[in-house]
Amino acid sequence: MDPMIISALEGNVASIGYGLAAIGPGIGIGIIVGKTAEATARQPELRGQLQSTMFIGIAFTEILTLLAIVTGLLFG
Amino acid sequence: MQLVRLIVLAVVLIVMCVLASRAKLVPGRAQSIVELLIEFVNGNIIKNTLGLRAGKHFAPFLITLFFFLLAMNIAGVIPGLNLAGTSVIGLPLLAALWTFVVYVTAGVKKRGIAGYLKHETAPPGLPKPIYLLLVPIEFLQVVLIRWASLTIRLLANMVAGHIMLVVFIGLTQGLLLSGTWLVAISPFAGALAIGIYGFEIFVAALQAFIFTILAAVYIQMATADEH
Repeated sequence: MDPMIISALEGNVASIGYGLAAIGPGIGIGIIVGKTAEATARQPELRGQLQSTMFIGIAFTEILTLLAIVTGLLFG
Repeated sequence: MQLVRLIVLAVVLIVMCVLASRAKLVPGRAQSIVELLIEFVNGNIIKNTLGLRAGKHFAPFLITLFFFLLAMNIAGVIPGLNLAGTSVIGLPLLAALWTFVVYVTAGVKKRGIAGYLKHETAPPGLPKPIYLLLVPIEFLQVVLIRWASLTIRLLANMVAGHIMLVVFIGLTQGLLLSGTWLVAISPFAGALAIGIYGFEIFVAALQAFIFTILAAVYIQMATADEH
């Protein structure tokens, strides 16, 4: 296939929907990581534990955005 | 696709068999890398979620899962293979269903079927009407949402990474061959493509880690005692 065609971005409604879906989890992940950084600064010895908790939180939050991809496949 | 999975599986099995058969007390370089990874799963994932004593029973499962997914994800960034084994839905689904069976079995073995369902769906100490709303949601969460979300998370990350690589490398080639002043931009696009390549290595490891840690968390939820 022509690489120009692959690299051309096609604007449609689904991409706007994905953008909207990315807002909330983006803010959420920002809060999670920021709070983890704060907590690590207060208690550096708990770093490992805090990081695993952070990753669990991130996983639960980012699934909302990833669901938007599935929604695009289903209804797009 | 199947070939990629087959190659990765064969490589992992052969490496593990060879290393395990000649395991030494003083490890060589390859053995120490594998031991480091096992120690990472043991120390970072199992210790922080299940606890070392309770987690001992599930350690083989979690370590197998971690190595399996790590190898399959890494295949996506190895030149020549180019396709992650987990970027088609079958493999993430298999791993997620395996996790589902493991945590349900662990919970049922500990409490019996009714006790397990009560433990997972009805946390004590809430006002009565809330349960009408909470129990169906939690039940759906246990039987569907958990493993479905594990599948989708892994799959979407690997597919998105693959598409991103294709888009940026295609963009670089398109700009380079465009024959206008746009050629001047192509080095930046190429640099971005290499940056994304590095990011994909990170994502491959991160997704294996997250999948394993969530599996551990679900097992912990199924087997934990109420406080």
